[in-house]
Amino acid sequence: MSGDVDRLVVMEAIDKSFPGVQALESARFDLRAGEAHALVGENGAGKSTLMKILAGVYTKDAGKILYKGQEVNLPNPRSAQQHGISIIHQELNLMPHLTVAQNIFIGREPRQVLPILLDDKAINAQTRELLAQLHIELDPRTKVSDLTVAKQQMVEIAKALSFNAEVLIMDEPTAALTDAEIEELFRIIRDLRNDGVGIVYISHRLEELFQISDRVTVMRDGRTIDTVRIQDVTIDQIISMMVGRTIYEVTPEIPEGNSQEVALEVRHLNRGRALRDISFQLKKGEIVGFAGLMGAGRTEVARAIFGADPIDSGEIYIGGKRVNIHHPSDAVRHGIGYLSEDRKRYGLTLDMDVETNIVLAAFRRFLNWLGLVNKGKVRRISRDLVETLAIKTPSLQQKVKNLSGGNQQKLVIAKWLTADTDILIFDEPTRGIDVGAKSEIYRLLNDLAQEGKAIIMISSELPEILRMSHRIVVMCEGRITGELTSAEATQERIMQYATQRTAVTSGD
Amino acid sequence: MDVSIAPKKASTRSVLRSDATRKFLAFGALIVLLVYFSLASPHFMTFNNVVGILLQTSVNGVLALGVTFVIITGGIDLSIGTVMTFSSVMSAIFCINWGLPVWLGVLGGMGAGALAGFINGTIISRMKVPPFITTLGIMYIAKGLSLVLSELRPIYFNAAPGFREIAMGSVIEKIIPGAEIPNAVLIMFGAAIFAGFLLNRTILGRYTLALGSNEEATRLSGVNVNFWKTMVYTVCGFFAGIGGVLMAARLNSAQPALGQGYELDAIAAVVIGGTSLSGGEGTIMGTIIGAFVMSVLVNGLRIMSIEQEWQIVITGGILILAVYMDVIRRRA
Repeated sequence: MSGDVDRLVVMEAIDKSFPGVQALESARFDLRAGEAHALVGENGAGKSTLMKILAGVYTKDAGKILYKGQEVNLPNPRSAQQHGISIIHQELNLMPHLTVAQNIFIGREPRQVLPILLDDKAINAQTRELLAQLHIELDPRTKVSDLTVAKQQMVEIAKALSFNAEVLIMDEPTAALTDAEIEELFRIIRDLRNDGVGIVYISHRLEELFQISDRVTVMRDGRTIDTVRIQDVTIDQIISMMVGRTIYEVTPEIPEGNSQEVALEVRHLNRGRALRDISFQLKKGEIVGFAGLMGAGRTEVARAIFGADPIDSGEIYIGGKRVNIHHPSDAVRHGIGYLSEDRKRYGLTLDMDVETNIVLAAFRRFLNWLGLVNKGKVRRISRDLVETLAIKTPSLQQKVKNLSGGNQQKLVIAKWLTADTDILIFDEPTRGIDVGAKSEIYRLLNDLAQEGKAIIMISSELPEILRMSHRIVVMCEGRITGELTSAEATQERIMQYATQRTAVTSGD
Repeated sequence: MDVSIAPKKASTRSVLRSDATRKFLAFGALIVLLVYFSLASPHFMTFNNVVGILLQTSVNGVLALGVTFVIITGGIDLSIGTVMTFSSVMSAIFCINWGLPVWLGVLGGMGAGALAGFINGTIISRMKVPPFITTLGIMYIAKGLSLVLSELRPIYFNAAPGFREIAMGSVIEKIIPGAEIPNAVLIMFGAAIFAGFLLNRTILGRYTLALGSNEEATRLSGVNVNFWKTMVYTVCGFFAGIGGVLMAARLNSAQPALGQGYELDAIAAVVIGGTSLSGGEGTIMGTIIGAFVMSVLVNGLRIMSIEQEWQIVITGGILILAVYMDVIRRRA
């Protein structure tokens, strides 16, 4: 094994757990000099965690890392950089108020005779040289906040390489780039590869892998499934490795929605780069699942409909009538409820009790003519809801923070039911909830749909989407890339749409 | 049709957002005030009054210079007013109670300020107590210690005759007879040049900006964030120390009951000067201009015989207006 000189990096049996999650379980990975190695997997498969361990951002719980045949210890980013391992994070890590050169040399500025003095001339000159090597046209003195995202990415690459990086890890580098910018990025990657740099490329865009990578490693549930040469596989094979067994695929539990009445229609919704030409319909009594990878724009759709983010253009119809929603209060008035993915932050006031939380969104209805709270009514309605939804709480006066995740989620549902909502948007309704509570939430969603509520369910768990939805809308990068009926849908087909980067539609 | 509009819009936008505009806003306000008061009163643009304004600005200006660094990192320092007083009292104790030479008293006063800043910075960066709370606490501590050490009484510098000269003597008059500009003014401009040098030419300044721009990225770049944050608060305290020495020299005494409220004037000057409270940007020139805007305003209103109570009201209005202009600029 140690005789394997061309292997720049070997990671073996890496374990890593975070509170409540086993993020990596005996994961392995290897990288050769001069190769572009793609790392793929579903959300939460452990790709970023594994690479953050290699870059010294996280420390491993167990396992070993060999670098050029030697076992190494990488306790912090600095030590990884000194070994020549650099990472470009998904969220760019630049200081927008500083210039390109200042960003590249932050933390290791060349000093003048007096060691507290800066030498901006030197860093500008060195940066200019570095950028020239990479064939990037950029003035080192430009402020980073004045650059496009693509150019900022180039600055990150230049910064990584200025450490004489031999291993360069890129976490979803193309997520925010246009096609032309991606071409530029690929050119740089190819140049680096030819210079012998080992490149790890984490991406959700499978078709890209075939343009740029030599080998691909697939991860699932914190484990490494396989590493293969790219010419030996097809996209479909990669997808089936990513989603794995299909034992979760049960037929939808819900009887087909029989209503044809459209509750909500969205036409040509646009918001910057986040949402592009979103159009869909939602019928009464229907559950529509929104699938897609992280950052596909599903939550953004929900927030736009709910009036939480301003839209650039587009129309929203409720019950056939065009409505203007500028603010969440407009949405509530039109009978829309949004159950945020982060219920602790947006959905509940944790320090208040159960009954107060239940009535909070419809407080006005509980006031008497003097403007005082009608406590009897509050209690009656809360008690009813706690019973119907089977919320387990010792009393109505219990503080919400003391309830379990599942019961908190039910409480959010109770809250929106008192507000008389007809359209409910659930964003990751079962995140952080144990299996038993999950099935109760599923049952609740079914009941609500049967009562005629129209439901959008955003979920990153494909089995959940397949199990619950009448129809499935798949998004990728702010666009709807596919729509499937529950009969047509499979994990593979959803993944196909979710990784499909459609050509930019012409004209605005 | 759209084509002709789009780029034009983009260019007004970039002009509005540029640093030059930000500097111009405060500078423009200062010019407007100067012109307005000159026209409104013949007593405004006189040599004596201008020197009065400069002297009036000196202490607030020096305090504002220091807190500019802290605000650029995205922090705040509420303790500089009473730390200034603490520094005056320490100077007095060194010079009068201990009988040390004046220059040692001056250094001791500045050192006391720097020490207070160092304590602020250590608590904030190592113990992770929010800046607002930490410096609020140090504000009280410095105030209390000043009262304890001085035994509630002003300490006069009559026994150290050189001390008053630090602020009120005039080196310039010795060179140009008749130009009686007190040293305090020179010290303020000297401190401003020093602060500009620190911010723009040294590692400390670079990390000050980097911390305010993106602290996490700065940390990931291997910068010792805790150390540099502590240094930033130390610098701020050091400037408060200079302010304390100036104040004591101007009054020829250390006044232990003074000081509270000075921190807010200094922060107001920084903000008027275009430094963003959310961190990442700010200039020394802006701060100095901001400090002048405040003292010109007070002086001009007084000359126009507007009661002091109303001067305070107007100052508050100008502060909000200044920040609102900056908000508009950013939104553009």
